[in-house]
Amino acid sequence: MNWASASDFFAMGGYAFYVWGSFVVTAACIAGEILFLRARRGEALRTVRAEKVRHEAAA
Amino acid sequence: MTNSVTHWFRYASPQSFYPLAGRMIPLFAALAAILASAGLWIAFFVAPTDAQQGESYRIIFVHVPASWMSMFLYVVMAGWAGLGLAFNTRLSAMMAHAIAPTGAMFAFLSLWTGALWGRPTWGTYWVWDARLTSELVLFFLYLGYMALHAAIDEPRRGDRASAVLALVGVINVPIIYFSVQWWNTLHQGASVSITRAPSMATTMLMGMLVMALAFWMYSIAAALARVRAIMLEREAHMQWTHQLTETAR
Repeated sequence: MNWASASDFFAMGGYAFYVWGSFVVTAACIAGEILFLRARRGEALRTVRAEKVRHEAAA
Repeated sequence: MTNSVTHWFRYASPQSFYPLAGRMIPLFAALAAILASAGLWIAFFVAPTDAQQGESYRIIFVHVPASWMSMFLYVVMAGWAGLGLAFNTRLSAMMAHAIAPTGAMFAFLSLWTGALWGRPTWGTYWVWDARLTSELVLFFLYLGYMALHAAIDEPRRGDRASAVLALVGVINVPIIYFSVQWWNTLHQGASVSITRAPSMATTMLMGMLVMALAFWMYSIAAALARVRAIMLEREAHMQWTHQLTETAR
């Protein structure tokens, strides 16, 4: 085990800003992309439903 | 032979690929989550402190996998774009567009984590050396690819124009990869090589490879989720999208 305590772990040997700055931004980017993908799918499904209504009205 | 070829082409239509992709997403997402958990465990609790860089070297566990994915995804994206250009299949161009934002994200993360690693090790966030500059060009190529496609109203024309850009940009990938050999750069050489023994501890290498696999699985899941949305957007006028259970009212 590398760490004596939780605060030792978060301190990252004095490099907390650089190490956590890398890992947290990476996690945030991935979480953000997942949210964007969810929203895009919802929007796409709404487009299809609207198109379907138009199509049925025309038929 | 004939049978396997027709079988393959069956999935080349959005209509048949859409449900298949939907079934594959949870599988790749689960693999990504498991591998990322294992990779992070190795990165923080198994891999020892580096003798020279202390704890700052742990950035390697996101930096190197993100950089690999940014280059790999570009080649895959250009490959799909090229297929679309050659065979004019609907799915190929959609796959290329589905990969671009994820590739751009990894290129950004490569630059971001690289800057945060460069500051404590080199004393600077940024330097205009060959490796960093060519990775920045890769990031701009992804943005240019997406912007060019978005700027052309007719999607099929946009597909062709952006495919040419993607293919021309492939030249940048070997430039990034070999930049540390071709030019005198501040960036260190390749961490992993197939021709010589790795220059790092086995646990460090393991953590890096597991994280790279996690990013790879995540990229597949994200690209499949995006290609499904693109299929719905571009084929909203077609019968098959109207028949899906998720578009039922």
